[in-house]
Amino acid sequence: MDLNYGAKYEDFRKEVREFCKEWKGVNFKDSAKIPMTQAFEATGVTMSRSEWQSTLIEKGYFARSVPKEYGGFGGESDIIKNRIIASEFSNANIPAAMGGQGIDMLVPTLLELGTEEQKKRYIKPTLHGEMIWCQGYSEPNAGSDLASLQTKGELVNDSWVINGQKIWTSTAQYSQMMFCLVRTEPDAQKHAGISYLLVPMDTPGLEIRPLVDMTLKAGFNEVFFTDVTIPKGNIIGKRGEGWAVANATLGHERGSLTDPNATVNRVNSLIDRMKEERLDGTRLIDIPVYRDKLISIQAKVMAFQSNSLRVLSSKLNKGQDTKIAGMIQKLVGTELRHELEGFAVDIMGEVGTLYEDSPHLRDSGSWQFLYMYYLGLIIGGGTSQIQKNIISERGLGMPKEPKAQGV
Amino acid sequence: MYFGLSEDQIFFQENVSKFLEDQASLDIIRSITEGDSLELQGEIHSGLVNLGLGSLLIPEEFGGLGLDLLFATAVSQSLGGGIAPIAFTGSYIMAPLAIIFGGNQIQKERYLTQMSKNSIRIGVGFSQYIGARDNSTIEMNSNKISGRSLFVLDAKDATHLMLSDANGVIGLVSKNSSGIEIVELTTVDKTRSYSEVILNNVDVDVLEQTTSSNDAINKAVDGGRIILAADSIGASQRLIDKAVAYSKERKQFGRVIGSFQAVKHMCAEMAADLEPCYSLVWHAAYCFDNSPDEARLMACHAKSHVSEISKMIAKKATEVHGGMGFTDLMGLHYWFKRIGVNRHTLGAPELVREEAANIQNF
Repeated sequence: MDLNYGAKYEDFRKEVREFCKEWKGVNFKDSAKIPMTQAFEATGVTMSRSEWQSTLIEKGYFARSVPKEYGGFGGESDIIKNRIIASEFSNANIPAAMGGQGIDMLVPTLLELGTEEQKKRYIKPTLHGEMIWCQGYSEPNAGSDLASLQTKGELVNDSWVINGQKIWTSTAQYSQMMFCLVRTEPDAQKHAGISYLLVPMDTPGLEIRPLVDMTLKAGFNEVFFTDVTIPKGNIIGKRGEGWAVANATLGHERGSLTDPNATVNRVNSLIDRMKEERLDGTRLIDIPVYRDKLISIQAKVMAFQSNSLRVLSSKLNKGQDTKIAGMIQKLVGTELRHELEGFAVDIMGEVGTLYEDSPHLRDSGSWQFLYMYYLGLIIGGGTSQIQKNIISERGLGMPKEPKAQGV
Repeated sequence: MYFGLSEDQIFFQENVSKFLEDQASLDIIRSITEGDSLELQGEIHSGLVNLGLGSLLIPEEFGGLGLDLLFATAVSQSLGGGIAPIAFTGSYIMAPLAIIFGGNQIQKERYLTQMSKNSIRIGVGFSQYIGARDNSTIEMNSNKISGRSLFVLDAKDATHLMLSDANGVIGLVSKNSSGIEIVELTTVDKTRSYSEVILNNVDVDVLEQTTSSNDAINKAVDGGRIILAADSIGASQRLIDKAVAYSKERKQFGRVIGSFQAVKHMCAEMAADLEPCYSLVWHAAYCFDNSPDEARLMACHAKSHVSEISKMIAKKATEVHGGMGFTDLMGLHYWFKRIGVNRHTLGAPELVREEAANIQNF
């Protein structure tokens, strides 16, 4: 076991730290247009989100391994550097590069499976924050059983004509493009009848309706398709290969939902809050039941963070078998975060239930918001129950769920 | 960067597991805990000592293997998995650590050299420092010790005893000194020994550094906690393996019970809860060996967290086995009880968490 990254990486860390110092307080004139859950103090340079993306790409702090010809940095993929960048940025509280479904899911898919023309056309504007994407996968009747989706695409006069409905489409209202799964081969077997299509959001017949969730924010949308017509070439992979194409990106989503750094920072904020907050004059951190629960959550967070190091190690060291350590990250990460945020609400009692712009609100209401928000993440991206099926079947070799007759 | 056990550690760990599989079947352990086959217990102990278990942490200059705590952690997982009926945490982890960090050169030569030859073996009683029950107290001056200590680890078959007072001063006595009485305690876990030691003005050799600093006792307790956590991980993993295997065989309603989602999800929860425990305990051992500033907090987290998770696994794995899990016949209770006693040894989770809060100056 050796947790040192080595001198080369310590130099890199110093370089990133300098960069963070230089850009402390950077803020965005157009942040309202782009959904973010974190606000940054505006004490430095003001620029557009897209200019910030370019700055980061130039330094190699974002899109490191994406070739230059597609708008990336053109370096080698380096997981340790990525980790150093993420942790230094989050320690310095300066904004990380934009993420989102276009950057996290579509770009890797295009790099792997897109045509040369598609790569040239889409990757650069996506990385630079000029082209925002949303993901059209789930449907009202196709949630955990995603492959049963029914939105239909027909090839008519060399165009795809799409009819149907998508749901849980985050950022649809900000997006220029959607990548989506559509049933194009109605006679083929369930998984073999799906294609992966790219739809401009301003195509006539496409309607977006905001879907307000329990946080009272419109985090999602419903998207309706009525004879939405797009060029035949707006497809990744071949007809009927969409399921395989999509599976490449689902893996990326599950990984990105569970950032241990963010959870560690959150437990530290919780400790600060408990030192400040008082009940009948006593600091919450001095009340034994709260103190005990805090440490038990801190231990879980440390276990989760250690586990992420182990998963990272297995990516760096070929042949290291971490068995199911990687498979549990989505389940454990989201459940733990929900518990942590909910505990913060509990210890503040009635004050913890304050919301929106109420008097006496603490930390902009983030504890209550994230407590609810993480319930969404427990359900989204493969529910906890689906995760347990995966762990028991693929990790422990238990029997698969029986298939219903005729499906 | 590499996070995990090395090939050497895994190789050694597998050797210990293999030895226990061959020499310490459940039938043999059962007869040992029933008081028969004590000579077999002696053979298991000698066999493991021949593999090197007795001198893992003892520096090479005193004839030991000079390995680190992570290595011992890997071994401890195997001992928990095989519910090994031998002395380990007290005699081979805490005792050498206390002497290494608390003894002067003469004391190190005196004890460590003999320990590495297995000519002495030490039982360890630090409950005055961790938390004393039943009004037990220990009084020690520079050459005499009196009082009573409960839950002394590995005292049976030991030649020496190492005891601490409430301030963390550590003294060693020879077990055949006059004025010592030893009463065996019967816990639910019959695979290891727990004793009460009563001392009446007994000659004591006080570890020199421990009169001025708590470093040695803290090191010994941290190390012991990490090792106990690893033992519980080994026991928990064995219980999960047994539950999964049983669920693939046992049929009800015309199906193996492992095909029911209720059972699958119990198994998935156990696995998802246990997996980060490995990472936490290895990380804690790594901090113990390399990063002293974080070591105490990590040891507390490892001990308290693994205690909670393994308690849950002991319950769920038994439930997956249904009524058979509850029987003596199946023997699951040996692991259940080992986990139960590990949980309380060197501090139950609540006490350890309070310590973790204090370490962070909360």
